[in-house]
Amino acid sequence: MKAYLTRRYMFSASHRLHSGAMPDEENAVIYGKCNNPYGHGHNYAIEVTVSGPVDESTGMVCNLADLDGFVRHAVLDRFDRQNLNMLAEFAAMVPTTEALSAVIYDILQRGFSHAHLEKVRIEETMMNSFEYAGGAEMRR
Amino acid sequence: MVYLTRKAEFAASHYYHNPEFTAEENRRVFGKCNNPNGHGHNYTLEVTVKGEVDPRSGFVVDLRQLKEVLNREVLDAMDHRFLNKEVPEFYTRIPTTENLAITIWQRLVSKLPKAKLHRVRVYETPDLFVDFYGEA
Ligand SMILES: [Zn+2]
Repeated sequence: MKAYLTRRYMFSASHRLHSGAMPDEENAVIYGKCNNPYGHGHNYAIEVTVSGPVDESTGMVCNLADLDGFVRHAVLDRFDRQNLNMLAEFAAMVPTTEALSAVIYDILQRGFSHAHLEKVRIEETMMNSFEYAGGAEMRR
Repeated sequence: MVYLTRKAEFAASHYYHNPEFTAEENRRVFGKCNNPNGHGHNYTLEVTVKGEVDPRSGFVVDLRQLKEVLNREVLDAMDHRFLNKEVPEFYTRIPTTENLAITIWQRLVSKLPKAKLHRVRVYETPDLFVDFYGEA
């Protein structure tokens, strides 16, 4: 039987929304406070949803230790307490939370093999959240 | 179609163990959760039903009836229980969050008044939950 398992993690990072492809005035208009030159930070909450048949011998979609280990190593250790603008992934991309969702989805999609990746959801603050499921429709 | 979600909470203990595994395998696969004396969680259950709104009552489902079914089928059986020893499904099935969601679905699916069961979501902790939609 197919089940969907969601695990929530936290990390803290800073970013500045600024596009080199636009003049400074336009950046200031489009990004507002998020364009302040020294950046600012968030406590990001990420929810990773994986799916698959529940293994009869373990009762699990995938072993939580495998998922936690992968996310800690491939996501949290790399992004927590960092300035997102300085990371290779964002060298040519504005580190909006839309972009961050896709970056984290791609890391999991490429590297995590113990279950099917369903989607990634990120809360940037308590007031806004973003979900990315690659090209697929999200299960509601 | 309108979707309605009812929440409930229950506290229960469990442990993970497969008698077909060696003691060493059980420890490796299930880690701390293999402790035979069990440990507990405050589970949060969200049951989502769907249906058309009844033009006379304005309801998708009679909430009082839904609550009664939830109390009888889930809470009376699982709240303040040791799942492995007191809930028959878990005499043989390992009481993981996945299997809890499936078991609760199976207990509810034929008992609901009028509305159709859409999703069972079980939170084991605030940072871990499982969804089951009745998929094979
Ligand atoms: Zn547990």
